[in-house]
Amino acid sequence: MSIDPITLSVIQAGLAQVCDEMDMAFSRAAFSPVIAEANDRSDGIYAAEDGALIAQGAGGLPVFVGTMQDSTRQLIERIRDGVTPAPKPGDVYIVNDPYLGGTHLMDVRFARPFYRGGEIFCWLSNTGHWPDTGGSVPGGFSASATAVEQEGLRLPPVRLFKEGRMDEEIYAIICSNIRVADQRIGDVKAQAAALQVGADRLTALLDRYGDDVVRQAIAELRTRAETQMRRLIDEIADGTYSSVAWVDSDGVVNEPLAIRLTVTKSAGHLQFDFAASSAPCAGPMNSVRATTLSSVYLAMRHIFPEVPISAGAFAPLEVTGIEGTFLDARYPRPVSGCAAEVSQRIAEAVFAALVEALPDRVTAAPAGTSGNFALGGHDPKRGRDFVMYQLSGGGYGGNADHDGLSNGCSTIGISKAPPVEIMEQNFPVLYHRYALREGSGGAGRHRGGLGLDYEVELLRGMARASFVMDHGRFGPQGALGGEDGAVNEVEVWQGGKRIVPEHLSKAQDIALEAGDRVRVRTPGGGGYGDPNERDPELLSEDKRLGRT
Amino acid sequence: MGGIVGVDVGGTFTDLAMIGPDGRLRIAKTPTTTDNQAFGVLAALEEAGISLPETSLIVHGTTTTTNAVLERKLSKTGLITTAGFRDVLELGRRTRPQAYGMKGEFRPVIPRDLRLEVPERMDAEGNVVTPLDEAALREAVRALLDAGCEALVIHFLHAYANPAHERRAAEIAATLWPNRFITMGHALLSETREFERGVTAAVNASVQPLLERYLARLRDELAGNGYPGDVLVMNGNGGMVSSARVAEEAAKTVMSGPASGVMAAAYTGRVAGASNLITYDMGGTSTDVALIRDGVPPVSNEIEIEYAMPIHVPMVDVRTIGAGGGSIARVNAAGLLEVGPESAGADPGPICYGRGGVTPTISDANLLLGRLDPARLAVTGGVTRDAVAEVFARELGAPLGVDAEAAALAVVRLANAKMAGAIRMVSLSLGADPRDFALFAFGGAGPLHAVALAAELGVPRVLVPVRPGITNALGCVVADLRHDYVRTVNQPLETADLEALHALFAEQVSAGEAALAAETVAIREVRKSFSVDMQFVGQSHVVRVLLADGAPSRDDLRNGFAAAYWERFRVELQGIEARIVNVNCSVVGVSDPVDLSGLIDPAGRLERAEPYAHRRVVFEDGAEETAVYRRDQLPLDAVIAGPAVIEQADTTILIEPGWVARGDALGNLLVEVAA
Repeated sequence: MSIDPITLSVIQAGLAQVCDEMDMAFSRAAFSPVIAEANDRSDGIYAAEDGALIAQGAGGLPVFVGTMQDSTRQLIERIRDGVTPAPKPGDVYIVNDPYLGGTHLMDVRFARPFYRGGEIFCWLSNTGHWPDTGGSVPGGFSASATAVEQEGLRLPPVRLFKEGRMDEEIYAIICSNIRVADQRIGDVKAQAAALQVGADRLTALLDRYGDDVVRQAIAELRTRAETQMRRLIDEIADGTYSSVAWVDSDGVVNEPLAIRLTVTKSAGHLQFDFAASSAPCAGPMNSVRATTLSSVYLAMRHIFPEVPISAGAFAPLEVTGIEGTFLDARYPRPVSGCAAEVSQRIAEAVFAALVEALPDRVTAAPAGTSGNFALGGHDPKRGRDFVMYQLSGGGYGGNADHDGLSNGCSTIGISKAPPVEIMEQNFPVLYHRYALREGSGGAGRHRGGLGLDYEVELLRGMARASFVMDHGRFGPQGALGGEDGAVNEVEVWQGGKRIVPEHLSKAQDIALEAGDRVRVRTPGGGGYGDPNERDPELLSEDKRLGRT
Repeated sequence: MGGIVGVDVGGTFTDLAMIGPDGRLRIAKTPTTTDNQAFGVLAALEEAGISLPETSLIVHGTTTTTNAVLERKLSKTGLITTAGFRDVLELGRRTRPQAYGMKGEFRPVIPRDLRLEVPERMDAEGNVVTPLDEAALREAVRALLDAGCEALVIHFLHAYANPAHERRAAEIAATLWPNRFITMGHALLSETREFERGVTAAVNASVQPLLERYLARLRDELAGNGYPGDVLVMNGNGGMVSSARVAEEAAKTVMSGPASGVMAAAYTGRVAGASNLITYDMGGTSTDVALIRDGVPPVSNEIEIEYAMPIHVPMVDVRTIGAGGGSIARVNAAGLLEVGPESAGADPGPICYGRGGVTPTISDANLLLGRLDPARLAVTGGVTRDAVAEVFARELGAPLGVDAEAAALAVVRLANAKMAGAIRMVSLSLGADPRDFALFAFGGAGPLHAVALAAELGVPRVLVPVRPGITNALGCVVADLRHDYVRTVNQPLETADLEALHALFAEQVSAGEAALAAETVAIREVRKSFSVDMQFVGQSHVVRVLLADGAPSRDDLRNGFAAAYWERFRVELQGIEARIVNVNCSVVGVSDPVDLSGLIDPAGRLERAEPYAHRRVVFEDGAEETAVYRRDQLPLDAVIAGPAVIEQADTTILIEPGWVARGDALGNLLVEVAA
């Protein structure tokens, strides 16, 4: 007999609660601000047979919506094939291999089998962004890496915890290969503790409703999420829709990379074909398969936020044609740009393809870059080395309802940027400006949101500046007659001379001395609709407030 | 000595509680008058039959500032800030309103054309990088006056480290500004983070004139009716402050109402012997939750009252859950039931209100299940139980394949599961297990769901106070005077100058004592509490370390931090450098205790608990003919085994099967799992 829809709703809420509690446990106990404050992490529950996503926390970083089921699936297959040792209760695997269902090396996954009556009932897994996993530059975002080995330590799935106890030998190997290793134990403990919280809460749920009922509910919820997504997709008229989105360059070879997307809609089904996209690139702007799929899923969830994050919801979305392109890079291609930058270009391609079909739901292109500026050097006054990150937002796309948001977070993230006062407390820098970037929003019936304009000076010592950004060559796309948003602009004032990086939005190790400055202007959002149709009152307000 | 009156102006109702000189309680409930809340206050005083000349004290909880901020009906306010940084208030912290969906808007408190810059700059250590350009400042002040600004914010980078420029600028501005509505960024909370500090100051300035005018009108009206005393206002920190001075720090009143509810809960719990409470205040559109440990309501400096609207001043840490009696139930495209987050609000409200509501809500479900008295529909008129049932059958029952009653049960079940989940998240985020607490149920709808929630949460006990519907007003009556001080110091623990730290505490204490001395209210004692916020270097979140006194040794700080960190995160971290971030001190002027026995009316009570009626109520395991009691007729030592419904003017209490309610001497009901 089939499960009643009321119990189903309650179990759905119960599964979501398990994930939310894992998310909270992870963030609360984590040492690193990138997890504790910026929530660059995600927790979920995955099917025992194939790793299919059962439920994932609503507060997880969006870019992980589709990666963790792929990671879990590959782990299950490796265990089945005898490549990876089989688990015992209390074991926790650690893995950060990008080619095994990952993103970049810094996103470290833990996976723990959850047992009922001696059998694996499902898997609990989480991803956390570690501040460093070794490699040629602190933090892992090298704009000029040409092989994954330069990006950091790569871990295949190994059991970091065996029957509840951490394997100190494996941990010692990890610690010998990463920077600021002494702080990592705080994150490792938190990441494992979150899975324990998940196991405890899931046990309570199963004890209450019974294993069979929950198993049935999981299957039924998957079917229903699929039905829901098919119905929503049917708001799109049958046919094909195409778009192109451009990555400025790979950081090594100064040529743009194309994401060429053709979306084909047929009854209850969307095919996303990327076959004509650029080949794998020399620099780190490659994506791996799991990240590419996840980027399509997260773009669709931005369009249809009401659908639960579940394997069923993704079933009607078929991604094809990525083999042989930079969206499905294989070992040893460098990949550090996949999660932060390429993923956002893929989402932009999806938005640009579907905005005509779903003009009320889809926005013009958002800034779509994480705006990563890293400054590493030595502070002579404090006698210590430092690495500073300034991640910044940009304008969102105009949309059917209103103008785009200014200085919004990246499409794939949800984290807050640190205040200027905290940056100046921690690092030898002084900001001269942290402002709205006037005139950066693409014109349209509804204007794109404004980007950010900041300028920062190195106060003492020497440092090296690196940039991993995008949209320096092409602005975020306008939609339905709207104009593109302003391009990202980087300029470095070195000894009074202005330098613009050759790759515009990407550069590695530009030497700075005290008094040198960096100015970054982040992209504005794309405009939506014909600019001539803009309400004259809004036009004069823009002028009065100095937005245009 | 005359009576003490507490008046709380909520979104819908103005509630009043008065403890007379005889110790007796009088209450009143009148509709809130939105345009000028003073009229509702006067109407409540009149309804309660209160003689103002004989009243010794009026304490007031107000939503004036909260509403003004949420609806952006603010006084025209200008900002003068550090050159290069006028957009800080609009840039925020680079976020979006929700994780998914790339739409969303944000309206800054002060529009861009009223945000001006002047040359000046401090560095992070408080050294002057660029001196204040006083001529430019004067020009900016005049420009804002010409633009018609009524209030002014002066907000400079790193003013927490060195406020000299802000002070000098305010001094100059004061010579030009026609009123005293000038807020300095560092004045309310001298803490790092320019966006949060700036928004707090901007909110403060832009509600000051409104609050000041409202209170002046209220004082005039009350004085005109013969009230001789001062009006005190509830601050969000749970303490009261003279209405003559409250507008100086007007931002502190944005959590006035919720704070007073939590203060009343803490007070009632302490008297009733339940000092660990989760307060559960369920109203029409939302539910407020707070965690009280050892009888002390939690205070946080980091309240965010809506998206990107942080108010960083010490306020009672009340979290809002988006579920209330008016939360809408529907069946989604996947054929699954959903409850909330959309709400029918107060207008039109649930179908059963009879104000034109047509969508099924939690309140309607309670009505169909017999938990709310269907006879009350006669009062609202225009809607019958059958009409509600018909909507449930059509909108929910048909797609789910069940009848109206089963659909209603499902709505309540799912709503309870979600509320319990949200309450768990609140307590877990504060490092607490809900099973160690009692649930303190108030608000119109709280007592109806509390027992089921307790069962869901594993909470062993529910406390329903005598008058759940006027808890906030009662909070005003029992409140103390309170002043909080916070200063960012940012020093490594191992090298911090402890003498300077002790001197800072002493300075905070004398500021608090001076503030208390300026009040006209009598206090029995002054209590001081000291704490520091600490963190490990490399982290950005802080942990509060409570101190025994204002002269801690380095060991006290080291051990206190280790203990607090373990308590909160269950993680032990050794060998990592720790830092003192903020130094906090609270100075509380404790009022005379209020005898809560006045809350109950001994007249008209039965010898033993007897139901006045029976009606069919649907529970999880089926329908039962259920005894219905009138609370004001129950003997104080009543013992009522569930299933039962207990009704009173301001709420309905549902005792689930398997639970038993016991009265105490003060009229509270304690509901526990039956032995």
